[in-house]
Amino acid sequence: MGAFKVRWGIGRMKYRIDAGLYATGEPTAESPVFVTANYKLTFDLLRKAVASIDGWVLVLDTLGINVWCAAGKGTFGTDELVDRIQSSRLTDIVNHRKLILPQLAGPGVAGHEVKKRSGFQVIYGPVKAEDIPEFLEKCLYAEERMRTKEFGFPERLALVPMEVVPAVKAGLFAAAALLVLCFLFAGFSISEALGYFAIPAEAIVASILAGAVLAPLLLPWLPGRAFSVKGTVIGILAALFVISFGHASSLLEKTVLLVSIPAMSAYLAMNFTGSSTFASLSGVRKEMRFALPLEIAGASLGLLLWLIARSGR
Amino acid sequence: MMKPMIYLRDVVTLSHNPEICNGCGICLSVCPRQVLRRSNGKIEIVLRDACIECGACQRNCPLGAVTVSAGVGCARAIINQMLGRKQVSCDTDKSW
Repeated sequence: MGAFKVRWGIGRMKYRIDAGLYATGEPTAESPVFVTANYKLTFDLLRKAVASIDGWVLVLDTLGINVWCAAGKGTFGTDELVDRIQSSRLTDIVNHRKLILPQLAGPGVAGHEVKKRSGFQVIYGPVKAEDIPEFLEKCLYAEERMRTKEFGFPERLALVPMEVVPAVKAGLFAAAALLVLCFLFAGFSISEALGYFAIPAEAIVASILAGAVLAPLLLPWLPGRAFSVKGTVIGILAALFVISFGHASSLLEKTVLLVSIPAMSAYLAMNFTGSSTFASLSGVRKEMRFALPLEIAGASLGLLLWLIARSGR
Repeated sequence: MMKPMIYLRDVVTLSHNPEICNGCGICLSVCPRQVLRRSNGKIEIVLRDACIECGACQRNCPLGAVTVSAGVGCARAIINQMLGRKQVSCDTDKSW
């Protein structure tokens, strides 16, 4: 339930754990030390995975952010780790000098520097906490399967809410502004204004469904490499669907949908690059250089044509 | 093993200098994308386009043999930056 709520952005800030050293089971001075972030979902995953293991859990202060993102930002980093080793007096608590870190902490932590500054050797464990017992059994060896970040359908499905929430927020703002315009065009006749509002409402809803829901879910099967290309493709399909079954009657209105939905869908799909596990910064920059101007142009052209269609009545 | 999804071709900034590399292999254990391999004792880049420029290999290479212009491939973050907005925190994966 907590995981469900936090993914929908409800009460996120409550999902922080106090940094410091925790025990799982009945650890001794020989027990392994696992290092993790102070994001509650992360901590809970680890706790569950090591429930049957006697060990220590060193929680870093990553401002309530998960390992991968915190490592990218540097909050899950060498300095914080070295400081936390000292403040938790880990050297007095364990006899060995080994730390097991999530592999995805790699972008933030320099193992050789940690060794130099604290005496502790950093061992990168598996990507997923659930593989930790097997990792320990195999004498701290992680096979390739454990070293790879998966991005299958379940992973993408879990991320959809985080695409939908900001998209709906922006969509509601746009819808409110367009509704006001509809009332102005309709001379404050409610039924007429709502009739005018059908096209923008269809465009917004279809774009969100295509770009923030379907594009992430269908990602591997959509053609193209750039996310915005994938978003455009699913956006065109969504536009054709809306044109066939929606309220657009004139050619102009149909054009509005065919131009604006793919553009907005492309934009939303492009925003999924950050959640995906295979987009590089250089690649996203390259994609944005061609895609962002086209997306803005498409949405603007759609708006312009719609205004022309409305004022032409 | 499922084939990894590949993003745009020929854009990543990753490079590996075999002259400096001592073959310790730490880069192999931090790379989440299996970009590097060891063949005949030498480290080499085998899946360049799979690289996401996370920077883990560079950060952990004691000799500076692997270099990459590291960053987060996130359009939303780039747009927020362009708009001068404070970075909204990103989320969430099954890492621990």
